[in-house]
Amino acid sequence: MASVYLPYKLRHFAMGSSPIDVDGKTLNELINNLEKLFPGIKLELVENGKLKPGLSAVIDGRATRLGLIHKINENSEVHFLPAIAGG
Amino acid sequence: MATSKKVKKIQITTTINGQEMELLIPPYISLLETLREIVGITGTKEGCNDGNCGACTVNIDGRIVDSCLVLGAEVDGKNIETIEGMATPEGLHPLQQAFLEEAALQCGICTPGFLVASKNLLDNEPNPSEGRIRHWLSGNLCRCTGYDKIVKAVQKASDKS
Amino acid sequence: MVSTADKKEYKVIGTRPIRHDGYDKVTGRAQYGADIKLPGLVFGAVLRSPHAHAIIKNIDTSEAEKLSGVLAVMTAKDLPRLENIQRASAEESGSEKHLSENVLAHKKVMYKGHAVAAVAAGDINTAEEALNKIKVDYEVLEPVINVDQAMDKDAPIILEGFEADHLGKKVLNTNVALHEIHDFGDVEKGFSESDFVLENEVNMQTVHQGYIEPHNATAIWDEEDRVKIWTSTQGSFTVRDSVSKVLGLDVSRVRVTPMEIGGGFGGKIPIYLEPLAAVLSRKSRRPVKLIMTRTDVFESTGPAPGGKVKVKLGVDSSGKILAASAVIKLEAGGFPEAFIEAASQCVFSCYDIPSTRIEGYDVIVNKPSSAAYRAPGSPQVAFAIETLVDEICDKKGWDPLEFRVKNVARKGTRTALGPLYTRIGLEECLEAAKKSDHWNSKLNDNLPSGKKRGRGIASGYWFNIGFKSHVNLALNSDGTVALTEGSTDIGGTRAAISMQAAEVLGIPAEDVRPSVVDTDSIGYTDVTGGSRTCYATGYAAYLASQKLIEEIEEKAALKWDIDVTEVVYENGIIKSKSNSELKMTLKEFADDSPGGPVTANASVDLEEAGGGFGVHIADIEIDENTGKTDVVRYTAIQDCGKAIHPSYVEGQLQGGATQGIGWALNEEYYMSQDGRMENSSYLDYRMPISLDLPMIDTILVEVPSEEHPFGVRGVGETPIVPPIPTISNAIHNALGIRMSSTPMKPSSIIESLKNK
Repeated sequence: MASVYLPYKLRHFAMGSSPIDVDGKTLNELINNLEKLFPGIKLELVENGKLKPGLSAVIDGRATRLGLIHKINENSEVHFLPAIAGG
Repeated sequence: MATSKKVKKIQITTTINGQEMELLIPPYISLLETLREIVGITGTKEGCNDGNCGACTVNIDGRIVDSCLVLGAEVDGKNIETIEGMATPEGLHPLQQAFLEEAALQCGICTPGFLVASKNLLDNEPNPSEGRIRHWLSGNLCRCTGYDKIVKAVQKASDKS
Repeated sequence: MVSTADKKEYKVIGTRPIRHDGYDKVTGRAQYGADIKLPGLVFGAVLRSPHAHAIIKNIDTSEAEKLSGVLAVMTAKDLPRLENIQRASAEESGSEKHLSENVLAHKKVMYKGHAVAAVAAGDINTAEEALNKIKVDYEVLEPVINVDQAMDKDAPIILEGFEADHLGKKVLNTNVALHEIHDFGDVEKGFSESDFVLENEVNMQTVHQGYIEPHNATAIWDEEDRVKIWTSTQGSFTVRDSVSKVLGLDVSRVRVTPMEIGGGFGGKIPIYLEPLAAVLSRKSRRPVKLIMTRTDVFESTGPAPGGKVKVKLGVDSSGKILAASAVIKLEAGGFPEAFIEAASQCVFSCYDIPSTRIEGYDVIVNKPSSAAYRAPGSPQVAFAIETLVDEICDKKGWDPLEFRVKNVARKGTRTALGPLYTRIGLEECLEAAKKSDHWNSKLNDNLPSGKKRGRGIASGYWFNIGFKSHVNLALNSDGTVALTEGSTDIGGTRAAISMQAAEVLGIPAEDVRPSVVDTDSIGYTDVTGGSRTCYATGYAAYLASQKLIEEIEEKAALKWDIDVTEVVYENGIIKSKSNSELKMTLKEFADDSPGGPVTANASVDLEEAGGGFGVHIADIEIDENTGKTDVVRYTAIQDCGKAIHPSYVEGQLQGGATQGIGWALNEEYYMSQDGRMENSSYLDYRMPISLDLPMIDTILVEVPSEEHPFGVRGVGETPIVPPIPTISNAIHNALGIRMSSTPMKPSSIIESLKNK
């Protein structure tokens, strides 16, 4: 089971509890399973088949470059955070 | 470069990097513009166009000036040295070599101005102190390096000359 | 240099060859954007708003169009109207609509200097004269110039119709574009359990990146209706993406050629002039060159956000931090994006704190739209947290270095935003600071009357993005390797990338010949920024070099008619494992290789490397009568992972530290009440000069990153983060006053001394 940490503004879906244990071999599967637990959450995370613009999924400490096809390990930590860059 | 029809151009004769030139220029353009647009040598850079950054530094008759503050018309009969005249067929000037070895440039836009200014210093004072170098170069702005390696490059070149 | 484990002996990495573009740059031959010459080139100029906040009622360009010598005039009418769609990549954030409206104002001007029209003419003077003939009818509105004004309940709303995001809810009629919270653990409990709780607030003025080269763009259309653009930019592909969006073109119809760039620091990531040059060129059917004046650069291009940051820390009696909270309010300028997410990531980044809460506000004000400035958001929050730590240590009698060591963030520490750190080197930097000559030297107290000295220390952090890069290699018949890449070179990256290829290939750095090429000639490469270039483009060069070696081995096998498993390439020599007669140098092979050119290429899209931490120490000498502060000794310590070319890594530390010193002591946008920057020239926007500084000592700590084969970590941005609190802490050490506003200029210091 992966541990999913929801950002502050989405915690209401999970009644404030964070992290949540969710299964999923890929990020896509994980998000679909999240949707089963908390209907409506997928709309906040995915747009046009990709992670929503401005949103980043940080898996085991690093923001994924593969998006929804990124493989999730048994004990992965997944954080949904704003995407940031630099100057 | 097309110019306003109303103002007559003037003719100037000047020596640039050892080459005598006759130029026909509008009377109102700066020496910086003259070099970049009329003569066509672009090594001298524009950073501010109001004499505050030194990127346009050139040497006129042995004195360094901000060429954006000098009219092209003013250099009639004068000797100008720009960055393009610093290296010779034999190779780079010791200052240019020192700047490369000491990594005294990052983006390089201020480098021509610093080289012309430093050369003028070393031509007159072969062994300046760090304080003297910093004072001499205080009219040249660099935003990339923090000046450390530029000062070290000038010191290195002065040791060699 | 202070290295940790994983010591490796490198042949090229860690040496200091002369950079490949160096000869051109010291002789004036290098071509920057303003230097380009094309046949029939004409010149453009931009009309900018004199008002900080106004509605555009009408623009009449008829007189300008009639002026003899004017070839084209444009307004926002010449650009397609875009929707409020969020742009995809993090580097070019914000919406497409705002991107276009920042390039050329549509219905409203958001800041003094906002572009409203542009003209192309045969010469620059005619173009500027034509600007005077454009009549703009403004309805002037009340400007809003800082976060307090913008967040006041009676504030005029700047971005009408904009849907803000306040904690996930859509909100209209607000100047707060984004309100976010990040929290972990239980801060209320943490504070209640603390033995000592302290908070502070810092206030910062807007500053500018200050690059010496103004923005420029030149454009021409070809017979296939594609536009070719030459510009000085940190990212030619970002320019291509942005221009294609603003003009409504497919990306394949835009080719961007990056010229050499005279500084950027983040400020040359957004586009400004490129679409204007393109449209003017299309209308005039001539190549059009636009160059910003220095005033335009200050008044119209993205500065770094000013704003307010409040930080609170709760510690136990042993000095362990139990809880921390922050409220960050940063100015986005006329359009959203004030880097509050990055600021939130950085504020507590140097510390291991079990409970944190960070609240961020992205605030719209009537100032130019903020752009990244070297670690955007981090210097602002570092100022708050690092001076608060200093204050706590001062009040409790704790050593500021030991306090930081006690609470240090390391691999596995949970960050305030949630993810755990991969391998990082803050602890090693603190150790290096402890052992440094500077920290252990005695502060000279034998000074003339009225002068005092003080010492300050502070730490800072910036993460390193990875993203996309592509590198192409081709073996030349003389045994050198042509390397093409798309990362514009602002500070020596061409050399660092070449050195990584040279290391793998076992050839001298000089034998790799790099070129930075246009968007048609290389695969997509993200910006030179975000401290990514040496890391990501270097990684692509590393991979491409390995593939080149495979190519060489295969072709050598072909040439010798043996099995490829028999062939080994090492350090420029190709030989057969079993037959010692079969041997050739790379040069010999290159001169006579079978089967077509020997080439290889590699693409990457990397996750971030573990971030870069820095610790700075400053000794200042301050005149109690004038308030003038001189920096008399400065040491910048930073974990760079692996210094590929140490001179250029040192240069990043020195340059970033200098910008931070300028930000701390002198730089600010001095705003009038009606929203005008009154000091928009280098004379009055006071950046550090050579006389202001001592030599800046650097200590390069090398804790290899886990993410790169040589352990590279980005270094470019972190150095600007520690200086502001370092200087403030030094001033406190000298005079006992806590400066919590920037700039800490002489008049502010005198004022603080009076109020002491």
